[in-house]
Amino acid sequence: MTTAFAPSPIQAALGTPMIRIDGVSKTYRGGFQALKEVSLTINRGEIFALLGPNGAGKTTLISIICGLVNASGGTVTVDGHDNVGDYRAARELIGLVPQELTGEAFSTVWDTVRFSRGLFGKPRDDAYLERILRALTLWDKRNNRLMALSGGMKRRVLIAKALSHQPQVLFLDEPTAGVDVELRREMWQIVRDLRDEGVTIILTTHYIEEAEEMADRIGVIRRGELVLVKEKQALMRQLGRKELTLQLKAPLASVPEALAPYHLTLSEDGQALIYRYDSSAGNGEGSGIAELLGALREAGVRYSDLHTRQSSLEEIFVSLVKEP
Amino acid sequence: MNLKAVRTLYLAELARTKRTMLQSIVSPVISTSLYFVVFGAAIGTRISEVAGVSYGAFIVPGLIMLMLLTQSVATASFGIFFPRFSGAIYELLSAPVSYAEIVIGYVGAAATKAVALGLIALATASLFVPLEIAHPLWMLFFLVLTAVTFSLLGFIIGIWADGFEQLQLVPLLIITPLTFLGGTFYALEMLPPFWQAVTLFNPVVYLVSGFRWSFYGIGDVSLAASLGMIGVFLVIGIGLVGWIFKSGYRLKP
Ligand SMILES: Nc1ncnc2c1ncn2[C@@H]1O[C@H](COP(=O)(O)OP(=O)(O)OP(=O)(O)O)[C@@H](O)[C@H]1O
Ligand SMILES: [Mg+2]
Repeated sequence: MTTAFAPSPIQAALGTPMIRIDGVSKTYRGGFQALKEVSLTINRGEIFALLGPNGAGKTTLISIICGLVNASGGTVTVDGHDNVGDYRAARELIGLVPQELTGEAFSTVWDTVRFSRGLFGKPRDDAYLERILRALTLWDKRNNRLMALSGGMKRRVLIAKALSHQPQVLFLDEPTAGVDVELRREMWQIVRDLRDEGVTIILTTHYIEEAEEMADRIGVIRRGELVLVKEKQALMRQLGRKELTLQLKAPLASVPEALAPYHLTLSEDGQALIYRYDSSAGNGEGSGIAELLGALREAGVRYSDLHTRQSSLEEIFVSLVKEP
Repeated sequence: MNLKAVRTLYLAELARTKRTMLQSIVSPVISTSLYFVVFGAAIGTRISEVAGVSYGAFIVPGLIMLMLLTQSVATASFGIFFPRFSGAIYELLSAPVSYAEIVIGYVGAAATKAVALGLIALATASLFVPLEIAHPLWMLFFLVLTAVTFSLLGFIIGIWADGFEQLQLVPLLIITPLTFLGGTFYALEMLPPFWQAVTLFNPVVYLVSGFRWSFYGIGDVSLAASLGMIGVFLVIGIGLVGWIFKSGYRLKP
């Protein structure tokens, strides 16, 4: 399976810029500004996850890069090729899996995949297409018409179409929307395999779990503005709040005066105390846990259990896109 | 030129026709036969000759033009409207193909189908009336040029249309009346002078006239006028399509 989707040979080294987005804005007819001066560089061979609430502008940004929407301002280059002035060279490198399930309802899986390859000007290569269809477990369905496929299968057909011309960059606009858990895991594996072969992947998703699982870097877009771009690990470290929960032996009515410096929260039933601290402060002593435990003993608060928890990317995300 | 892509588009469009092959062939045969029964046999027997040609033979070029225009417009407009409607057009717009290549693929396929149907209609007509074609090469030339021009028009309609109603409205409201009033079933000289003058603004008159000339060496207008007008339509069509793609009209938000 590792060689299933051999992209065209990749000359340049991984980690160099593949897509440069420079000051891209979009105002739709009617005056709605969907993107405000977005600038972003996506590196060769990385998985970049674009997160954002509904209507944030994710699809708009992808559509501009792929040539489906005209930008109102700014430039995009793909591997150094301007996506407008040198659209042929730019688009040849790109495979797009759109958010909406579309397709020629009456044509067969096989025909539609062959069509895609031909449209991108690639010579016929049935063996390669067969490998893709097998990898996406569509081979048995190759003679089915698209309208006779389930939603998840249609999604995979769209992926097969996008891969049919061996792109070096793959855009996946919500690839796992409406896809069951098992298939979602399969798709993640496929995406990882592609990345291992050097394909640059940009995906949008509403499932934070997905970004957490897959992405090397994460961009968060909100109301047309890129509010954050970070390595996933760094993001989780930096923004990851930790929480220490102490299960009390006897319920409290209020947090004792002596513990005020620790900004503790008392659970509603008075059975637990919650302490929030910054994990980036690192090395234990910055966290203040030792001091807190000492203070608790002095104040005579006894606890039966304690556990810590790191906030997930989901919580980070929610706090980022929360309306001010 | 991404020839591979043009070929792919062209063949995929023709394949769509293949799925409905039987209808595609049966409809021109039936409609041509009907016209002959009504106009050729029923009415034609009361009309001796038009411009020195038997009435049955006289209407053949007009009938084929009728077929050609309707089919070109219908096929080409549907061909591009459908992916717009289904959303499948995303692939076309994100592919490394130029506007010209897209147009050649779609218009070429629609014109091919229209010419094939026109020839089928011609063959059907030959069962009813003895046909002679004075200038076969010119006949083919007019056939192809008209099919291409009106496929281009159909393509424009398919991009402009916002729904299936509009898709059917234009052919119904414009193409059919223009064809019926375009000298399909009569010679212009049979009309009162005023209407003759009005008719000269009807583009279809020039197509039918030129086409009829290629059969019988007679026409309502001169050959040069026919050729000139088709050329003008073609240029207008190409210009419009160019503008559509340049501005992204109805294709790119
Ligand atoms: N063709 C269009 N014309 C006008 N406005 C549009 C058009 N397409 C999108 N918009 C608007 O632009 C904004 C961004 O839309 P976009 O599809 O990029 O959001 P998104 O981040 O992909 O959202 P989702 O998560 O729901 O897919 C939305 O407010 C949307 O209504
Ligand atoms: Mg979207």
